[in-house]
Amino acid sequence: MALLETRGLTASYGDFQALYGIDTILQAGETVAIIGANGAGKSTYLKAIAGLIRARAESVWFDGEPIGATPAAEIMKRGIALVPEGRRLFPSLTVEENLLIGRYGRNAPGPWSLDRIYALFPAVRARRHSASTTLSGGEQQMTAIGRALISNPRLLLCDEISLGLAPIVVRGLYDALPQIKAAGTSVVLVEQDIVQAIKVSDRIYCFQEGRLSLSGRPDQLSRDQIHLAYFGI
Amino acid sequence: MTVWADALIQGILLGGLYALFAAGLSLIFGIMRLVNLAHGDLIVLAAFVILTLAAWLGLDPFAAAIAALPIMFAAGFALQYLLLNRTLGRGLLPPLLITFGLSIIIENGLLELFSADSERLHAGAIETASIMLSSEISIGVVPLLTLGSAIAVIFVLNFIFYRTALGRAFRATADDLEIAQLMGIDHPRIFSVAMGLCFVVVTIAALYLGMRANFDPTIGPGRLLYAFEAVIIGGLGSLWGTLAGGIILGVAQTVGAQINPEWQILSGHVAFLAVLILKPRGLFPRAAD
Amino acid sequence: MTNANPTPTARYRIETKTRAPHAAGVAGCLLVAVLLALPAFAARDLIEDMIFVLYMAALAQCWNLLAGYAGLVSVGQQAFVGLGGYLLFALTNIAGIDPLIAIVLAGAISAAFALPTARVVFRLRGAYFAIGTWVVAEVYRLVFAQFKQLGGGTGTSLPPSITNEVFGINLIKTLFDVSTPAARDIITYWIALLLAIATLALVYFILRSRLGLALGAIRDSEHAAESVGVDNDRVKLGIYVITAAVTGMIGALIYLQKARISPDAAFSVLDWTPYLIFIVVIGGIGTIEGPMLGTIVFYMMQRNLASFGAWYLILLGALAIAVMLFAPKGLWGYVSESYGFVLFPIRRRLVVKNND
Repeated sequence: MALLETRGLTASYGDFQALYGIDTILQAGETVAIIGANGAGKSTYLKAIAGLIRARAESVWFDGEPIGATPAAEIMKRGIALVPEGRRLFPSLTVEENLLIGRYGRNAPGPWSLDRIYALFPAVRARRHSASTTLSGGEQQMTAIGRALISNPRLLLCDEISLGLAPIVVRGLYDALPQIKAAGTSVVLVEQDIVQAIKVSDRIYCFQEGRLSLSGRPDQLSRDQIHLAYFGI
Repeated sequence: MTVWADALIQGILLGGLYALFAAGLSLIFGIMRLVNLAHGDLIVLAAFVILTLAAWLGLDPFAAAIAALPIMFAAGFALQYLLLNRTLGRGLLPPLLITFGLSIIIENGLLELFSADSERLHAGAIETASIMLSSEISIGVVPLLTLGSAIAVIFVLNFIFYRTALGRAFRATADDLEIAQLMGIDHPRIFSVAMGLCFVVVTIAALYLGMRANFDPTIGPGRLLYAFEAVIIGGLGSLWGTLAGGIILGVAQTVGAQINPEWQILSGHVAFLAVLILKPRGLFPRAAD
Repeated sequence: MTNANPTPTARYRIETKTRAPHAAGVAGCLLVAVLLALPAFAARDLIEDMIFVLYMAALAQCWNLLAGYAGLVSVGQQAFVGLGGYLLFALTNIAGIDPLIAIVLAGAISAAFALPTARVVFRLRGAYFAIGTWVVAEVYRLVFAQFKQLGGGTGTSLPPSITNEVFGINLIKTLFDVSTPAARDIITYWIALLLAIATLALVYFILRSRLGLALGAIRDSEHAAESVGVDNDRVKLGIYVITAAVTGMIGALIYLQKARISPDAAFSVLDWTPYLIFIVVIGGIGTIEGPMLGTIVFYMMQRNLASFGAWYLILLGALAIAVMLFAPKGLWGYVSESYGFVLFPIRRRLVVKNND
């Protein structure tokens, strides 16, 4: 049984429809990348899974349970953690407090303790008592990832973690992903940086204007195929 | 000279009471950006609850107040959960108008239940007990307890806010409601806990209000104004600032009264307006805003 | 690919007319005529009631303009009611000015007071603004209680030399064959009617003007309004001053009729604000028709239920809460949305005509 499955997932913002029936599958332990241009619906997809956007209950299945209509706070407790687009750390909390709040709703046993997260991101440990607003973009992103990891989620959703960051910083982030994967966490990555996404993922889905335009294993897809699926031309 | 020193000291002690009025208001605004126009009436309501419990159970006001705390916590939780949560996130008018309606209901409900007669919480000998600071200046024990309680309450609230997981949840929810959900924070419940906490503080304030002076169902709005002024003078976002604001308000009133007894309340308002004009963000606002 | 048709040129027009208003306009004129003639056949009781209804209607329009359009929820309008009242007493009693002229002057002076007041209270936002206006009203109350010439804390009365000499009072006495106090009531009634209609007209024309367009934008989204060039602060100041002027005039009128003023009564929040809020919320906030409907509903309730004292007020409070929760657009909003009625057309519609 797949860990995560979406069946005909649709989502709208008021009158605007963002997703038109998305079918995806993720097996436990896999890393799946969602690529696509701006506005293709990738963030909407993650938000629907995370419960920030309501969908039909049977359109999202996690571990055999329909969670499409479940609210976000509930979903978090079941073991799905989202690293939201734009980091969105809590400005009133210090770095360490931002990490700790990540396990407010779910304090599950697992590999990700505060120490282990600091080991993964040493730069964050150095700033642990600073106000989160004083961190660089890369440090904030690491903190946001740590905040999601600390609840020992079974599934980690990452929304555009490379956005606005220098390439060297992005490489540093992606170097951390294999360790996350090795610890047993399944990951869904939404990315505009195709190169990095392809390097770490077991499977790729490409979105175009709210629809799936391509799916497959990275080693089986050609550059031209991806280009076509991404841009539609 | 000593009359001024006395006015200052009495003002500081009075400020403790105003800080207690204001602490709940400050807490709720800090967490959910809600200004409860019924706040003053809730203080009066709490005073009547203490009065009633004291009469039914034959307790002194302190014991009655302690007995009232869990009841008031539950009442605050319920009010938020059932009514006030529905007013949030819908713009400016609903919370204002609904809490105003609530204020009218509480005030008139109390009038129906208790009539407009003045009441007092009688605590026996302690009411008139005092400590002599010098041959001319004495400090009432009750006002001293009031100030002490205000400091203690604010200390505890700050402790909760900055050193507990619950406090982290409060701050995170106030920062970013959407992302707070991703942390597993159920914001309707968190807000209800906060309101329950506010009601507990309100009850403590009511205890000292009732012991210090007469109260009746119509004095609620006046207490709201003092609470509000203390918060603004002190600066939004800081509980210790609220304490300072309360003390400044108290001192302004007592010093004004010293000049002319008719000017007591007006002096407080003038101090408030002065701060508003000269330092609109208050004297000790939180840096991040 | 053939395409012989040139692109059609379109003409645009902005319209506000709707069908209902024509009939409503006729009905309105009839109503005004009836109201004007009322003193000829109505008992004094009814005249007094109508005075109350008319100035509540005018106050409600003002409050609605402030809260429903400019986003300024004021719990301190009583500041200007009391100010207007005290100005009337000062201008007539001390300066010897004719009461009717004093009413107009009270409005102008209230507007002058509103300017510095606004500078202070506008530093606050939202609910804090609301309470701030309340504090200001309290300051006015406490300051006026200091003026011994105006009666200090206990207040003062208008002497008969003023109340009996109001312009036109003798004419009305002979015309309708009534006593002096009744004649004064009739004059007050006509002035109240004039003020109510004038306020309605003022609000209507404001909302139809460019200022109204700006107000609608502010009501919908302050940020968006700023971004298209609306100077939010100036618009709000303008509305605050205008409503202060009208409220001041109404206050002057109210206290001309009562002939007795004291700080606690004149600046009492409870005497005005809860009723105003109720009227506007129940009637429909953010519309012109709403406060009118709300005033009528309120009058009915006041007539029949006011004797229930505290229970009546509890009912008002509960109703206001219920309406805010379940029907936030009020009675008129509900009717208007279900049936598409509009009595005062202010909504601008874009009409496009294609030339073919």
